[in-house]
Amino acid sequence: MSIGHTLLALLESGPRHGYDLKRAFDERFGHDRPLHYGQVYSTMSRLLKNGLVEVDGIEQGGGPDRKRYAITDAGVTDVGHWLAQPEKPEPYLQSTLYTKVVLALMTGRDAGTLLDVQRSEHLRLMRELTQRKRTGDLADQLICDHALFHLEADLRWLELTAARLGALAKEVTR
Amino acid sequence: MIPAGSLLTATGLHKSYGPTPALDGADFSIHAGEVVAVMGPSGSGKSTLLQCLAGIIRPDSGTVTYDGRPLSEMPDAERSALRRGEFGFVFQFGQLVPELTCVENAALPLRLAGLKRKEAERRALEWLERLEVADIRGKRPGEVSGGQGQRVAVARALVTTPRVIFADEPTGALDSLNGERVMQLLTDAARDTRAAVVLVTHEARVAAYSDREVVVRDGKARDMAGAV
Repeated sequence: MSIGHTLLALLESGPRHGYDLKRAFDERFGHDRPLHYGQVYSTMSRLLKNGLVEVDGIEQGGGPDRKRYAITDAGVTDVGHWLAQPEKPEPYLQSTLYTKVVLALMTGRDAGTLLDVQRSEHLRLMRELTQRKRTGDLADQLICDHALFHLEADLRWLELTAARLGALAKEVTR
Repeated sequence: MIPAGSLLTATGLHKSYGPTPALDGADFSIHAGEVVAVMGPSGSGKSTLLQCLAGIIRPDSGTVTYDGRPLSEMPDAERSALRRGEFGFVFQFGQLVPELTCVENAALPLRLAGLKRKEAERRALEWLERLEVADIRGKRPGEVSGGQGQRVAVARALVTTPRVIFADEPTGALDSLNGERVMQLLTDAARDTRAAVVLVTHEARVAAYSDREVVVRDGKARDMAGAV
């Protein structure tokens, strides 16, 4: 995720201080990975240098965290471009799991058990997310669903691979 | 050996259809109030395991024990009574009786158990309300959506407050949103009534509503609890 664009878009509703931006980001997008203050200030100084934000005011007391930032017209245009640009689908062509399966087969280890244990680990995380969905609000449900569908996709790959282990073993040990 | 405290247990189940074994030494156990997902590829023996556990089919060998008693030692009549009173069933396609209204369908197990119509339908309506389909009580299955019909089927499975619910791909015919809601309502109701749920599914998002999973492959069941 582009932190710069996200912070910039958060400024569209009005000027904010750095610490206020961090809090807004963490509340909406940073459940599992809150921003460091350092990230916020380095990002803001870059945006400032590029003319996408400007300093709207500085509170008494000085120091970088007292600056209030406002988005510029160029910043608004930049957010517009970012939102309009589709994200690159990530195909994960060289996944660790694929490598592990092939290596297990090549070395005569039990690839079926490897996949069973992986399924179990995926399901453990999916149970946690499902539980969080049950108690969360709609925003929480949507973000959990996004993760759940991705984990489910992994598992569909896993089931297909499990069904083809015999054929794959013949190929990799040939 | 039967694990301590388990409500329903299977040990060493074998079942063949012709020369191919569907179950080849499968073990299983479930506690009261527990939701266990039975997963595995098509043809692995998942549904055969469910049917043996529910006493619908007899295994060629091996034992199924419910509440301390082997099903094989029960006379047919007693086993049927068990299936009507203590077990509840939900299948992929609701399998509602097309001539009956939704509330009559949900009340059916109680009527079969000899309850008077009014009382049976009063209790059935409570379950329809809980499953958010009380408004279609007077409609016939052909007049309601797939998601609504499946909720009626869940209500029918729960109306006798069974101790074990057998669900075979209960959301298989539903879209994601309806499927999720049915799973929420089903597992919430089961946990409230301390019913055990044997949940056969090939969908991971459905299995995520379980407490643990058992993987069936080549007729054997592997309990994945503690595997990680």
